[in-house]
Amino acid sequence: MQHYSGFGLVKHGLSHHENWQRMWRNPVPKSQYDVIVVGGGGHGLATAYYLAKVHGITNVAVIEKGWLGGGNTARNTTIVRSNYLWDEAAWLYEHAMKLWEGLSQDLNYNVMFSQRGVMNLGHTLQDMRDIHRRVNANRLNGIDGEVLDVKQVQEIVPIMDCSRNTRYPVLGASWQPRAGVARHDAVAWGFARGADALGVDLLQQTEVTGFRISGGKVLGVETNRGYIGGKTIGVVTAGNSGVLAKMAGFKLPVESHPLQALVSEPMKPILDTVVMSNHVHGYVSQSDKGDLVIGAGIDGYNGYGQRGSYPTIEHTLQAIVELFPMFSRVRMNRQWGGIVDTCPDACPIISATPVGGLFFNCGWGTGGFKATPGSGHVFAATLAEGKAHPLAAPFSIDRFISGKLIDEHGAAGVAH
Amino acid sequence: MLHIYCPYCEEYREEEEFRPKGEAHIARPAEPEATSDEAWGDYLFFRKNPRGLHHEQWYHAAGCRKFFNATRDTVSYQILETYKAGQQPTVSAAASGKKVAK
Ligand SMILES: Cc1cc2nc3c(=O)[nH]c(=O)nc-3n(C[C@H](O)[C@H](O)[C@H](O)COP(=O)(O)OP(=O)(O)OC[C@H]3O[C@@H](n4cnc5c(N)ncnc54)[C@H](O)[C@@H]3O)c2cc1C
Ligand SMILES: [Zn+2]
Repeated sequence: MQHYSGFGLVKHGLSHHENWQRMWRNPVPKSQYDVIVVGGGGHGLATAYYLAKVHGITNVAVIEKGWLGGGNTARNTTIVRSNYLWDEAAWLYEHAMKLWEGLSQDLNYNVMFSQRGVMNLGHTLQDMRDIHRRVNANRLNGIDGEVLDVKQVQEIVPIMDCSRNTRYPVLGASWQPRAGVARHDAVAWGFARGADALGVDLLQQTEVTGFRISGGKVLGVETNRGYIGGKTIGVVTAGNSGVLAKMAGFKLPVESHPLQALVSEPMKPILDTVVMSNHVHGYVSQSDKGDLVIGAGIDGYNGYGQRGSYPTIEHTLQAIVELFPMFSRVRMNRQWGGIVDTCPDACPIISATPVGGLFFNCGWGTGGFKATPGSGHVFAATLAEGKAHPLAAPFSIDRFISGKLIDEHGAAGVAH
Repeated sequence: MLHIYCPYCEEYREEEEFRPKGEAHIARPAEPEATSDEAWGDYLFFRKNPRGLHHEQWYHAAGCRKFFNATRDTVSYQILETYKAGQQPTVSAAASGKKVAK
């Protein structure tokens, strides 16, 4: 792998940047792998990277039906935070946060992780009580968090309407200074390049169409490029996880919904943090390019169409304009949708399945980007050992039968 | 914007008047105490979530405030029929001959 550095940039500048090495190979599928990862989004690529790097398992394929990182990884609004309420979730997301903090160095790839802080606004007394409870829970788990009053909120975000004249006045906020945003594509590409360099085959334009199962154990996958054998198979297909589970003969407690986002025309720097509100339901940050990145909730119906409907956009923008009246004249540039796999308790599923050797990592729903390195790290351990990593164990499918749910709707009420 | 035909109002109205309410025709176990944890979990949490035709409930929230059912394609979002609560669909993946996408 070609090492990236400032010196390299200058050196390649001398040859007009025409001699950069390709970031990964485009290999022909082998007939048999030790581990197959289905789904080449951030989570699947991180899984493959950590399998090779931490566990020394390099006879690995990532099978992706489209192009790498073209699913929700490419479509999300890149908010990264770890201030979840319940211990199990907080530990998992904080594990990811710690990996984010060293990720660019680890991958030798700039994922542009920017710890610009994330603010969750409170607009009612109950909001504020919930915020106090969550921040206290976070602190007990060693996760940074502060409760801000409205004056402190206004100091951090002077352009927000914090007056008493709004329909839902801002009363305060929770604030996680270590939270922020990262560059979504770079995360997928960095993990892909790292995995490829360690010997992982990245098979693009390869769609899994079925599983070959014998005696309750998985043997491999059927694809549009033929059969590929794998001793252990990890499925990380986000919104399409239910479809893959059906191929393997079981159901998952997930439902697929469109989730939309939109960006404005690029503007000069105006907002240097991330502001989210569960109550008026919207969130916004400004990308390094200058566009406002805006999102909110899912479209309520089930859907696989990678697009949503206009009423949802309208509600989102109502919330944003209520908070930031000065944005009312900003023009929107692009709007799109991704398909998110939502779980009844708003927590992921990282789990063995009724089929031996077949594992699923899904159900991240509206908020899995922030977990990308952590999810890959614990799923790689799960695949390598054949049993759940301790941080992943509470997220088994069995919780929907035992009733031991991890109800994170409070911390994840607005889609992010 | 979807245009949805309410079988009670007998009119097409805009999507904003309605709320989707998830999979239809889910029967509550008749004897909860005698139901296994698996069957109860299945009833509460496990949905068909098909990529293709879906029989689902809608609520005419800003209209007659009644619940009804629809058969909708979850990829094209096209609504093939709506019918009253308690009725059965006439369009199904098998009957319509429409290939349910994998
Ligand atoms: C609009 C939007 C905004 C979001 N905002 C945030 C946010 O701010 N913060 C946050 O933390 N999260 C956010 N999310 C959620 C986040 O994007 C996802 O949870 C996360 O990207 C899931 O990662 P993934 O790698 O599993 O999914 P994906 O990137 O979707 O990867 C899954 C891959 O599987 C492939 N696949 C599917 N079926 C098959 C098959 N049969 N064979 C082979 N390959 C297959 C797909 O092509 C896809 O590339 C947002 C999502 C959306 C849609
Ligand atoms: Zn009606």
